[in-house]
Amino acid sequence: MRYSWASLIAQSLRKHRGWKPAWATRPVKPHYDVIVVGGGGHGLATAYYLARNHGISRVAVLEKGWIGGGNVGRNTTIIRSNYLLDGNIPFYEWSLKLWEGLEQDLNYNAMVSQRGVLNLYHNDAQRDAAARRGNAMRFHGVDAELLDRDQVRRMAPFLDFDDARFPIAGGLLQPRGGTVRHDAVAWGYARAASALGVDVIQGCEVIGIERDAAGAATALETTRGRIGAGRIGLAVAGNSSRVAAMAGLRLPIESHVLQAFVSEGLKPVIPGVITFGAGHFYISQSDKGGLVFGGNLDGYNSYAQRGHMPTVEDVCESGMAMMPALGRARVLRSWGGIMDMSMDGSPIIDATPVPGLYLNAGWCYGGFKATPASGWCFAHLLATGASHEVACAYRLDRFATGALINEKGEGAQPNLH
Amino acid sequence: MLLISCPHCGPRDEIEFRCGGETHVVRPGPAEAVSEDAWADYLFMRQNPRGLHAERWLHAAGCRTWFNLLRDTVTHEIKAVYPMGHARPEVA
Repeated sequence: MRYSWASLIAQSLRKHRGWKPAWATRPVKPHYDVIVVGGGGHGLATAYYLARNHGISRVAVLEKGWIGGGNVGRNTTIIRSNYLLDGNIPFYEWSLKLWEGLEQDLNYNAMVSQRGVLNLYHNDAQRDAAARRGNAMRFHGVDAELLDRDQVRRMAPFLDFDDARFPIAGGLLQPRGGTVRHDAVAWGYARAASALGVDVIQGCEVIGIERDAAGAATALETTRGRIGAGRIGLAVAGNSSRVAAMAGLRLPIESHVLQAFVSEGLKPVIPGVITFGAGHFYISQSDKGGLVFGGNLDGYNSYAQRGHMPTVEDVCESGMAMMPALGRARVLRSWGGIMDMSMDGSPIIDATPVPGLYLNAGWCYGGFKATPASGWCFAHLLATGASHEVACAYRLDRFATGALINEKGEGAQPNLH
Repeated sequence: MLLISCPHCGPRDEIEFRCGGETHVVRPGPAEAVSEDAWADYLFMRQNPRGLHAERWLHAAGCRTWFNLLRDTVTHEIKAVYPMGHARPEVA
């Protein structure tokens, strides 16, 4: 069923009793051309683009829980492409371009809202870094504006411009950045993929990877039985190390918990996404009115989808330093998601040493904004066996060759983003 | 909130500590004999288990000593604390 004004009016006249499920529940087939493990945003997008761009429709997406229950429903919904390095900018800009046409493409309202992403800077050195980043973006055709203190004040007068330690000196604005309704992304991709013949299989956990005599991955052992596959793509960020270990692989990844918070619903106060430059803090306001914010990782390996109090305190302190009025809002709820923290802070979209097994992992904090391009490029890799041109730097072997993509310019530690 | 028993200072709040990641990672050598893959394995590859994890911690705001911890990454239960250089203890 195509969603439109006509279908909405027709359904409302029938008291909304004729809506069909957004995606089909079909029996599991014994063999697929491609199986995508992980029914999050990236896995569903991969399946959709496999069918749409490459005409491969014998595709299954296996999800151990339910669609929208993992990290695609646990992020702070921000989209942007304000990166610095050559390996990153074209990829994230392609993702932002896909976001811009996503709703028409999927025929699904994902509430894509390009309300702008503003990164604050607080001193001369940070202004130089922001100018450099903005220039790098504009060289790649990405929009970026360097704002001074007065321009930021006109945009966001509620920020603390007179803070003694971290006075706001200006910001780097990407007007095309913004937010998206995150679970609508999962539902929209699941619906669009299902309509093209992809089997979306929920409640199906992979427990083993079967390999033939030559070592190639040929089938998956799951909680719903054995399923054969021509090619297998892993898109299980948070659990990448665990699933890859089933094929004997060790990855340059640690799993860490990242917390996020929502306040009670308030009248419109924050125009876009604002990030603090003197600590780690980002905030936006949902269309429902809640302030959505987050900050640092908890700081040690975790598979628990909940965080601890010292980080709550740290995040709220950063928030108060940037926007003192935040102290008047009450936090309604918080949650934790498990991040694939890669060792250089950049993702991996590549073939693995195991023939037939492909990897999409290591998204750190930044997986949500990458969802469309990640799916696009992973589908390209699974269909053609070659890396897509905008994702060709995201190789698994870069940790041995030294071609790391280290956006923050720091060493080997899994708390970059 | 973790309550971590520093081997030298006793039980302290986790905010006094810094986690240094996976422990028992042995540096390969001699340098001229180490392949790129072995070096990458040493620098970047991790076990990252869901369950018991042997890791290094530093009592940064205390005695400033490194030690090892055996911790469950799902429940955060601390099963053992033991000095650097000691083998990972067997726990039930």
